[in-house]
Amino acid sequence: MALFTFKGGIHPDDGKSLAKDQPIRKILPTGILMYPLSQHIGAPAVAVVKKGDHVLRGQKIADAGGFVSAPIYASVSGQVKAIEKHLNPTGSSMDCILIENDGDYQEVEYPPVKPLDQMAREEIIRQIGDAGIVGMGGAGFPTRVKLSPKEPEKIDYIIANCAECEPYITADYRRMLEHTEELIGGMRVVLSLFEHAKGVFAVEDNKKDCIEKLREAIKDEPRMEVCELVTKYPQGAERQLIYAVTKRAINSTMLPADAGCIVDNVETLVAIYQAVIKGRPLMERIVTVSGDAVNAPGNFRVLLGTNHDELIAAAGGFKTEPEKVISGGPMMGFAMITTDTPVTKTSSALLAFTKDVVARSAESACINCGRCVEVCPSRIIPSRLADYAKRQDEETFVTQNGLECVECGSCSYVCPAKRQLKQAIGSMRKTALANKKKK
Amino acid sequence: MNNKLRVSSSPHVRDKVTTGNIMLMVVIALLPATIFGIYNFRHEHAWLLVLVTTASAVLTEYIYERALHKPVTVKDCSALVTGLLLALNLPPTLPVWMGALGAVFAILVVKQLFGGLGQNFMNPALGARCFLLICFTGRMTTFTYDTVTGATPLATLKAGESVDTMSMLLGNTAGTIGETSVIALLIGAILLLWIGVIDLRIPGTYLVTFVIFILLFSGRGLDLQYVTAHLCGGGLMLGAWFMATDYVTSPITKRGQIVYGICLGILTGLFRLFGGSAEGVSYAIIISNLLVPLIEKVTLPKPFGKGGEK
Repeated sequence: MALFTFKGGIHPDDGKSLAKDQPIRKILPTGILMYPLSQHIGAPAVAVVKKGDHVLRGQKIADAGGFVSAPIYASVSGQVKAIEKHLNPTGSSMDCILIENDGDYQEVEYPPVKPLDQMAREEIIRQIGDAGIVGMGGAGFPTRVKLSPKEPEKIDYIIANCAECEPYITADYRRMLEHTEELIGGMRVVLSLFEHAKGVFAVEDNKKDCIEKLREAIKDEPRMEVCELVTKYPQGAERQLIYAVTKRAINSTMLPADAGCIVDNVETLVAIYQAVIKGRPLMERIVTVSGDAVNAPGNFRVLLGTNHDELIAAAGGFKTEPEKVISGGPMMGFAMITTDTPVTKTSSALLAFTKDVVARSAESACINCGRCVEVCPSRIIPSRLADYAKRQDEETFVTQNGLECVECGSCSYVCPAKRQLKQAIGSMRKTALANKKKK
Repeated sequence: MNNKLRVSSSPHVRDKVTTGNIMLMVVIALLPATIFGIYNFRHEHAWLLVLVTTASAVLTEYIYERALHKPVTVKDCSALVTGLLLALNLPPTLPVWMGALGAVFAILVVKQLFGGLGQNFMNPALGARCFLLICFTGRMTTFTYDTVTGATPLATLKAGESVDTMSMLLGNTAGTIGETSVIALLIGAILLLWIGVIDLRIPGTYLVTFVIFILLFSGRGLDLQYVTAHLCGGGLMLGAWFMATDYVTSPITKRGQIVYGICLGILTGLFRLFGGSAEGVSYAIIISNLLVPLIEKVTLPKPFGKGGEK
């Protein structure tokens, strides 16, 4: 069978064997948990507790700060120690609610849940929004907004992004294997919102066991199917994934809904299941801890707000002092200056490496080899765009389609001159997008 | 320990391929032709010219960069490639000082004065070859084989006489040091194709266009022996596989590479059939090099989602 894919892309060492076979382990944090008020795209949440308050697990501690925003819930019971600036995994310092865990895990009483078929569309969407769910694959776009397209009847594909194309990360893989029913349950909820849509689980073919398990589990679900994708990075990038599944191509000015699609990642669908079927707000996620500096790589079920140091301890600590620690995958994740940062809604992994290959590869002159052009999934010319970016030539950057970049980093990965192409393009893109908004 | 962590923009992993390995692979791919050339022209002591020319190229780069307090880039092997390619493009009897002068011209004038690696608009080895052709036309066009001075197969072909295509394939004919053996060159080309340093786009369209041009305009109809002699003769194989494919001086866009290949084929055909000299590859390549910015301008790809290739 011809597998589904897109043109371009790369095949980095996937490193998944380190943590792939480690079943999900639940870890309970001690000490202080940190909840950054901005763990999503959009307006930061607004704290509704103050220093000294006693909070219960499952209690709302911050409310959505606007239409594109999401509330935050305490994942432990305890006392609010402070609301202060703290470093978050992306490297910026922002307001966080600090809660000292009392270890009792006293939980609020959740309102009773109605069966899915008795809930109205708006009710389901509101419940997803109230649970604080955002895109948990990394983007952090509030799911409530994503599920409210202008013309819901035109949505014909709900794509579960099960590609997990980032090297090393196996969190979604373990979720698919161990919590198949919850994933399908989440899909069922989303499908109930879009009557013309079919649900597609798009899985890379390096996860044959997941494909089999999902196929078996959905054999009585007429509206669901499994789509086997070529294993290639960035197969899970939204535009590339939509193309692979539907053969519809969208550009940077369009939304997936313009192609009749809504894409949600595995973790997000599980959270939707928890919110709508079980009535629980978003309080935990699966995080892969891996990399050659970690003693016992594994996959952990982590309460949001848990300090990364505790996560490292749960994985047996460091084998050797790492040079680089990354929140997220090696292709798009954030290198952290310190491990004293919290797990947030979008933390899919914590990777520690003994060697930082980037620091060891000095940039040299572009030799025009065209490897970046070959791999670019957006079919633009990264080496030239990086030049325009470096000379701050915003106009040429925009006319040469610099805004189409998805910042997957494939160009920087393949560049034999080790140029920081994605970095240059990414920062120019940010400026150009901001200026575009101003106009 | 917290202060020791390194931060940088993603991605945090890199492919193993470096500019240095790519250049080294090109050098390795040129070795069959180099070794054959040195053997083939052993009576002319071709080894000395190859050695001096290559060493001069590397040394020029080193001295220039040291003198101007720039980072020394001889380790990326690009000067080595230039020097070797130039040597392979020289007649074996050329005085070694001329080879050295060519190497200095290639590195100093064509490459470094325009900004160094990646900035030259013309293939440095071919720029230098044409420079030497203009300066020392006689010495550059005198070809000796087995101590006997005679015509190259291509010149024989141009004169309307028949040539032995088998010896052209093997390479035991007169010519420049590295151009004579088609088999040795193809071994190198296959290596570069196999490891992905080059692809078929440029050399493929170049050779196909050239063959079509010859079939249409040579006035010989479907004379396969004549076409084969043209393909195997002169610097076509060396040029198509090793010099037209030079990254710096060829288009970065895929459609551009095809247009570039077609330009090369037509120009080579024009020069060989209608020009004064039997040869045409070097001029075809350096003229096409100059067309690259224009070719790129009109062959920019359409992005994904805007009608581009998917």
